[in-house]
Amino acid sequence: MAEVRAEMVANVWKVVVAEGDAVNEGDTLVILESMKMEIPVLAEDSGVVAGLKVAEGDVIQEGDLIAVIDPS
Amino acid sequence: MFDSVLVANRGEIARRIIRTVKAMGLRAIAVHSEADADLPFVAEADDAYALGPAAPAHSYLDIAKVLEACRATGARAVHPGYGFLAENAAFARAVGEAGLVWIGPSPDAIARMGDKINARNLMESAGVPVAAGTREPVTDRDGALAAAALIGYPVMVKAAGGGGGIGMGVARDDAALVRAFDTAARAAERFGGGAAILLERFVERARHVEVQILGLADGTVLALGERDCSVQRRHQKVAEEAPSPGVTPELRARMLAAAVRAGEAVGYRGAGTVECLVDADRQDFVFLEMNTRLQVEHPVTELVTGVDLVEQQLLVAAGEPVTAGGAVEPRGHAIELRVYAEDSRRFLPGPGKIDVWEEPVGPGIRLDSGYVAGNTVTPFYDPLMAKLCVHGADRAQALDRARAAVAAFRVEGPKSNLAFCAELLDNAEFAAGDYDTGLVARMRA
Repeated sequence: MAEVRAEMVANVWKVVVAEGDAVNEGDTLVILESMKMEIPVLAEDSGVVAGLKVAEGDVIQEGDLIAVIDPS
Repeated sequence: MFDSVLVANRGEIARRIIRTVKAMGLRAIAVHSEADADLPFVAEADDAYALGPAAPAHSYLDIAKVLEACRATGARAVHPGYGFLAENAAFARAVGEAGLVWIGPSPDAIARMGDKINARNLMESAGVPVAAGTREPVTDRDGALAAAALIGYPVMVKAAGGGGGIGMGVARDDAALVRAFDTAARAAERFGGGAAILLERFVERARHVEVQILGLADGTVLALGERDCSVQRRHQKVAEEAPSPGVTPELRARMLAAAVRAGEAVGYRGAGTVECLVDADRQDFVFLEMNTRLQVEHPVTELVTGVDLVEQQLLVAAGEPVTAGGAVEPRGHAIELRVYAEDSRRFLPGPGKIDVWEEPVGPGIRLDSGYVAGNTVTPFYDPLMAKLCVHGADRAQALDRARAAVAAFRVEGPKSNLAFCAELLDNAEFAAGDYDTGLVARMRA
């Protein structure tokens, strides 16, 4: 299992994937917004989205868990 | 002259405007969100009005609330700063309709220059050179591909009504163009209200140079020199300087004359900026866009001209004679470094509570900051914490002063790009003045 965590305080602007989706390395999982910047959070491994821990509109802190990827 | 000015903005620019408003003997009124209640600009104003929650849509961008703040505080004039409502023609119009003085150009001038395609066409008819590009908005992928085929790669893709570099991208082939179009369209719908996209020929090794203009009540337009804003990350500026080390006196004269023509063509009043792309190799330029407001980087012009641009804005808005001369010769050299709450490596935002904030002092240093120790930099607004500006007798002295000032500036708590600023000042291309808009990307390659 690969954990994807937030690198900064941000608002969750858009959730692009759903639990159960297959993703490739580099695919966008969610798009964060902080300080007028859109920051895509990318999958670092290929696999299946086993857990999605944020929803659109959430405010997340640095280190918060965003998603869990089950490597294929 | 009106007796009071409401500053419809926040942070360093609100503080900067309040300083001049008070120096002119006028009453300065701040508006602020709940998140900004403890910032210096609120305390330094003569009066303050709470707009509402942190989210800009519910505070600084809420036209009805800002107008209510004017009514409640008895404000007679409104200065919008930059960003937020500064280039919102509907807001400018509403301010006038409420019987207040709008410190900026007419709503019509804002609207005409806010649409980049319209602005391009108007500039072309006024004899200002423009880049090869679309003359009508592109609204779908096929249209973008057809336009790119005509213009030729590489092309710059951007939202027709956008600004601040959001959604902008460079495409070098069809596949990249489709991606860039989708990104720009999404940004346009989100920030600009419609997916109208503009494509322009992208100039490799271009410098971003802009001319400061001042339109007077009698129709005269003054040009107060240029600023070089080529140091950019994500198409947004990080450092600016005046005069530009990349233009010859002959090119400068042509650019200033074109900027005056641009201002005259729009019937421009107040402070504005004509942004150009300069092909430094060919010593030629094209019009990029016109910003109908005070710019973030106005201090470098103030440092080399000795002109207080906010004071000039207030005088023009009040219908009084300006004090800036007709032909301003720059004195010495000025550099501005934007101190952002972001990391120096990847430029990702890093807001937080400010534990340590020690500002540099010394000859030739001007610091326009929005914060003091104990404040919190929140994720709700742009990451600019301060503008570290220096002035020297020449560029070499300005660089030395900038290096010393960066080394003496301590910020702890939020992330800061001060390490990047130091790296930039020591970069060989920057130090030599021989750089272009690709510099930061090369530094990080």
